Amino acid sequence: MTTLHWIDYAIMLLYFAFVLGIGAMLRRYVHTSEDFFLSGRSIPAWVTGLAFISANLGAQEVIGMGASGAKYGIATSHFYWVGAIPAMVFVGLFMMPFYYGSRARSVPEYLKLRFDEKTRGLNAVSFAVMTVFSSGISLYAMGKLLNLLLGWSFDASILVAGGIVLGYIFLGGLTSAIYNEVLQFFLIVFGFAPLVFLGLRDVGGWAGLSARLAGVATGNGYAPGAYTRSWAFMGHASANPVGVEWFGLVMGLGFVLSFGYWCTDFLVVQRAMAANSMTAARRTPLIAALPKMMFPFLVIIPGMLAMAVSSTSSVRQTRVAPAAQVAPAVATAPGVTPTPSEPGASEPRPGIVPPKLDTRTGQPLRDARGRVVLDYDLATPMMLVHFFPAGLLGLGLTALLASFMSGMAGNVTAFNTVWTYDLYQSYVRPGAADSHYLAMGRFATVFGVAVSIAAAYVAASFNNIMDFLQLVFAFVNAPLFATFALGMFWPRATGHGAFAGLVSGILAAAAHHGLSLPAGAHVGVKGGYLGVVTTYPSELAQTFWTAIVAWVTCFVVTILVSLVTRARAPDELRGLVYGLTPKPSDDVKRWYERPGPLAVIVLTLTVGLNLIFF
Amino acid sequence: MGTDLRVPLGALFGVLGLLLTAYGAATLGQPGTEPTGVPINLIWGIVLVAFGLWMLLLARRARHASKV
Repeated sequence: MTTLHWIDYAIMLLYFAFVLGIGAMLRRYVHTSEDFFLSGRSIPAWVTGLAFISANLGAQEVIGMGASGAKYGIATSHFYWVGAIPAMVFVGLFMMPFYYGSRARSVPEYLKLRFDEKTRGLNAVSFAVMTVFSSGISLYAMGKLLNLLLGWSFDASILVAGGIVLGYIFLGGLTSAIYNEVLQFFLIVFGFAPLVFLGLRDVGGWAGLSARLAGVATGNGYAPGAYTRSWAFMGHASANPVGVEWFGLVMGLGFVLSFGYWCTDFLVVQRAMAANSMTAARRTPLIAALPKMMFPFLVIIPGMLAMAVSSTSSVRQTRVAPAAQVAPAVATAPGVTPTPSEPGASEPRPGIVPPKLDTRTGQPLRDARGRVVLDYDLATPMMLVHFFPAGLLGLGLTALLASFMSGMAGNVTAFNTVWTYDLYQSYVRPGAADSHYLAMGRFATVFGVAVSIAAAYVAASFNNIMDFLQLVFAFVNAPLFATFALGMFWPRATGHGAFAGLVSGILAAAAHHGLSLPAGAHVGVKGGYLGVVTTYPSELAQTFWTAIVAWVTCFVVTILVSLVTRARAPDELRGLVYGLTPKPSDDVKRWYERPGPLAVIVLTLTVGLNLIFF
Repeated sequence: MGTDLRVPLGALFGVLGLLLTAYGAATLGQPGTEPTGVPINLIWGIVLVAFGLWMLLLARRARHASKV
């Protein structure tokens, strides 16, 4: 177990003090519900832009992308350079005019304005439930990680983190969440950049990393470059560690899932809605895309490095090896398990990612071929304790905590808005004074945090329930982009069409998942519960194809039902649909500040990055 | 609204940087503080201070510009 020095605690406490201080400072600006939920639409674009990515930069991102980097290598960058960036450009250029221009206060409210009450209700209820559970799941992940890494109490970790998030949102509302997200953004950048620097230095730069991962690749039956080239092996699902071929990748991840998330998820769109002008709102995702495209270097490379650095590198000779200290904490039965840092461990292999342990026996888990299954989620945390000395370790751990908190804050602010405007004001108590809704927003913040904490405990005791819930969320999210795309660009789309499309898309996702199974998995939460009709080479391939099926179903059903139901008069759709809305004009002076040229710059750089790592 | 975010941003990273720089200088050369042979606390502390000062400078400029 890693023990922290006073300097590490000092850095953490300093950060907590600032975070709460910002909430306290902003409290005096919150007078109306619009101030609380939408920051009075007064935030400059660079701030909303950084908050836009930071709200998404939760634990799933930092820990999960590191884990994927360790598991799949640089191909994980597809989540950014094929997935996120094109979708962010699209939402900024084409969709923000309707979100911001319609003066809707939330994404579900846009659906109400464009379609009807039932479509909004479906989206609002599912979104509200999903956000609190997502934040509970990440809270659970944080508590477990801190317990494993530092021996901190699970209860204390999640109560303190939840309490701090509650404190600053309660005081300053969305502005406070957004300001803190920017703080968290820079903290994550400055906390992880030295990790990449030290790690690459240790393995001999990118060339050294490629050379070492070539060994891992051939050991796993792939071509030597499989972990360090992003496109070269995408021709066949069996040739790359991701287990997906290019079409499923581009359509499933790039088009359906990424557009579905970045273009329709209120968690991120809310940040842009808080911007101080239409141009600022449109620039928000575009500004966000610039640092976003650099994030693979910050979050994926540490995971790749964790597979390549040796646990007996120069670091260990100069200091007491933290990896060796952590290992017993990872094992539930210390001493029984061979750990990677023990000399003479039965299976020597490169990397510092510890094996995943069977919770009952304490022995490493093995896959169908008898090979040890690694606990990839520990890749990035292990890198932190391996490379950082006291002091910098405090900064790195604070960055990790910041990522957990920014993700949770994003969920909580999105939840309290959807709850207050879309559920409470619409169905429970319409027509009350604004101060009433402001008070309700603060109450919903407390409620949201409390439910998140409760969900974290549910996750701790019933791991399967959380797997199941995440599966249901995936079904609900998959068809969403079809509904929004038709709503914004096809005036003929009707409310009945949208609702029928969404419901059938969700059912199609569930049916496809129930009829397919990833190779080597057991029937159950992984699929196949309706009978196995087809198998996929990997779980990701199954996920991508489930999304494609859901999207196509929603798209087709929405069109068919719309054609046989009564369309709304064009007058009613002004400001909500493309072609019936005046083109937004720009209020910036310099050419590169305009959304159009900015989008071209972003896309050119993204293509360049894809080519560099091709 | 109200407060320029660059002020708390600059203050946080300035103080964090000073703390790290001072700690790095005080523990310079001690075993375990220089992974891969780099006095990283000292170097990174200075980087953080520089970033903090830059943010404060930008905020100051913006304040002056808005007064004129």
